[in-house]
Amino acid sequence: MSTTRMTLGKAVNEALRASLETDPQVMLMGEDIGALGGVFRVTDGLQKDFGETRVVDSPLAESGIVGTAIGLAMRGYRPVCEIQFDGFVFPAYDQITTQLAKIHNRSAGRITMPVVIRIPFGGGIGAIEHHSESPEALFAHTAGLRVVSPSTPQDAYTMMREAIASPDPVLFFEPKARYWDKGEVDLSLTDAAMLDSARVARSGTDATLVTYGPATHVTLKAAEAAAAEGRNLEVVDLRTVSPLDVRTVVESVRRTGRCVVVHEASSYFGAGAEVAAQVSEQCFYHLEAPVLRVAGFHTPYPVAKIEHDHLPSVDRILDAVERTLAF
Amino acid sequence: MDQHSAFEPDAAEEDDLVRLVTRDGARTDTHPEYAARVAHLDTDALRDMYKDMSLVRRFDVEATSLQRQGELGLYPQSLGQEGVQIGAAHALATQDYVFPSYREHGIAHVRGVRMSNLLRQFRGIDHGGWDVQEHNFHLYTLVIGSHALHATGYAMGVQRDGLVGTGDSTRDTAVVACFGDGATSQGDINEALVFAAVNNAPVVFLCQNNQWAISEPTARQTRVPLYQRGLGFGIPSVRVDGNDALASHAVMSEALERARSGGGPTFVEAYTYRMGAHTTSDDPTRYRSRAQEDYWRERDPIDRVRLLLEREGGWDDAFAAAVTAAGDELGETLRADVRAMEAPAPESMFDHAYASENAVVTAEREWHAQYEASFEEAAR
Ligand SMILES: Cc1ncc(C[n+]2csc(CCOP(=O)(O)OP(=O)(O)O)c2C)c(N)n1
Ligand SMILES: [Mg+2]
Repeated sequence: MSTTRMTLGKAVNEALRASLETDPQVMLMGEDIGALGGVFRVTDGLQKDFGETRVVDSPLAESGIVGTAIGLAMRGYRPVCEIQFDGFVFPAYDQITTQLAKIHNRSAGRITMPVVIRIPFGGGIGAIEHHSESPEALFAHTAGLRVVSPSTPQDAYTMMREAIASPDPVLFFEPKARYWDKGEVDLSLTDAAMLDSARVARSGTDATLVTYGPATHVTLKAAEAAAAEGRNLEVVDLRTVSPLDVRTVVESVRRTGRCVVVHEASSYFGAGAEVAAQVSEQCFYHLEAPVLRVAGFHTPYPVAKIEHDHLPSVDRILDAVERTLAF
Repeated sequence: MDQHSAFEPDAAEEDDLVRLVTRDGARTDTHPEYAARVAHLDTDALRDMYKDMSLVRRFDVEATSLQRQGELGLYPQSLGQEGVQIGAAHALATQDYVFPSYREHGIAHVRGVRMSNLLRQFRGIDHGGWDVQEHNFHLYTLVIGSHALHATGYAMGVQRDGLVGTGDSTRDTAVVACFGDGATSQGDINEALVFAAVNNAPVVFLCQNNQWAISEPTARQTRVPLYQRGLGFGIPSVRVDGNDALASHAVMSEALERARSGGGPTFVEAYTYRMGAHTTSDDPTRYRSRAQEDYWRERDPIDRVRLLLEREGGWDDAFAAAVTAAGDELGETLRADVRAMEAPAPESMFDHAYASENAVVTAEREWHAQYEASFEEAAR
């Protein structure tokens, strides 16, 4: 096994490249993904190498992008759509939830929808309105869609390859604040299980922190800070929000007896609510404390200058850890 | 790709274009019906337009440098689009209402919005920045195309209020929706055209075709000149040289008058050029040529008004100096205003999430206050 050090953004780029190389049915579509390489440069160089019919600068219309991807998928293609920013997926929301998610079911399994929708998401980059949203729960609530989010370059690479290979539509949420994080990537690593399984990012015994995507980074930092004070925390990186790998979470919480869920999206009706419900259903006799959540508030995502009060921080995570341990 | 054929308007496009002043500042006689609409503009009026255009350009320069200094997170210039924006804005009546996208700094200025307030959003301290009712100028909308429907609905409200076709020029009201070439691909824009057409709504669709949607040339959005889109919806449509402030003024005043008098919507395509980057985050060297930028720099809308004034005896050193002085003053005010703009208090994020009392928000606000207080106690 040989690995290369690269950023998370580059790892997605390499996964797209490898998929374009190995499967002639794979194609990319989105706004500004050609000559510009996308606003985050994730598709850099791909149009040059694979041409304008496989890497398509689409008209400025998200509903059009996803709607035509559905037709292309019916015709045997595997479209990978880029939505430029989280807040701009909503013109495509109808196509995603009423069509993409349901066509396999309606056709009694005759038609598959191998469509990937890439969405750079999350806050913390000082951006203007609509560029820092975390809408994953809206999609996780829709049957027929897979919803995943990697937190490391290796996961980004392998999960993207598996998402493209999946016969089901995948909402692929890319943690934009972590695009520039570097890590070792084995470009030969494929692992279909990765789309279904959480990862224990750090082992511990005192409490389980459950997180995913961009919040994984701050959660691990909080666990390190807690370690300095003698707290030994386990961190589970979900990788997939739908389907949830409940087993890994439950197995961890049964050992630690305590659970804190961390994500950027609002806690109200967020992914953490589902995790908390599953944990209380399946770990009731093991729990030493109620499941807590550290997440965004039930407000529009605030202006950049105060966004760090909205986002989970090391301090807020440690505060929750203290509360669960003190219970 | 042949760079030239890709950007020079071809002969047919030029034929369709309403232009009243050539790039040398000479008046044309090709569109007498539109020329008549600007005949009343005397030297003072032209000077006002020139001054507004220059101030907006100065605003671009200052805001861009504030962004470079870290005072703003992002800034989208209106560079190159001052002709259409100032020309159009000067045709508005006080009671008209404008729905901008995010690049309409020129129109904002003419509507009386304090220019530094336009930067509140780009500084990351405000999602809006001004009182929309005070200026009849809505907040910037970043989700491409959404606001064209709002403009249409607003116009339907104006209609229901009986403020169309009364013949009273202080009451009859038009609504303007501003958007770009890229936006014309969005469903919302097309639906707005449908709703405006079937309701005969008093709305003017002002499409500033600056030839780029970030990195995509207009050819990625359309195979026909964009004004022809409007025709397909049964809406009177005009293509105007957006780098000609006078022609823009004439075409917009016709469209606004049609709306106010009950004649329904108009689609105006203002053919112009985004001389700058999409925003301060963009790098146009990745997707367009210097030759194209040079070609359009020679068609600068501000130069054109200056040349016109020179030809017609409206230009002198004193005026030029006064414009420069006004620019310097604007620059100073902007820098001072922006640097004095404080971040809002963190707990302000709980304000205005709802208009009525909301138990979820209240509980979270209380939690946040306690959490903050726990740090203060710890520090004591
Ligand atoms: C629904 C939506 N999709 C994507 C974007 C990202 N985006 C911002 S500006 C822009 C290009 C807009 O081009 P155009 O309509 O021509 O306006 P211009 O910026 O040239 O003034 C894009 C794709 C967005 N803001 N909203
Ligand atoms: Mg444009």
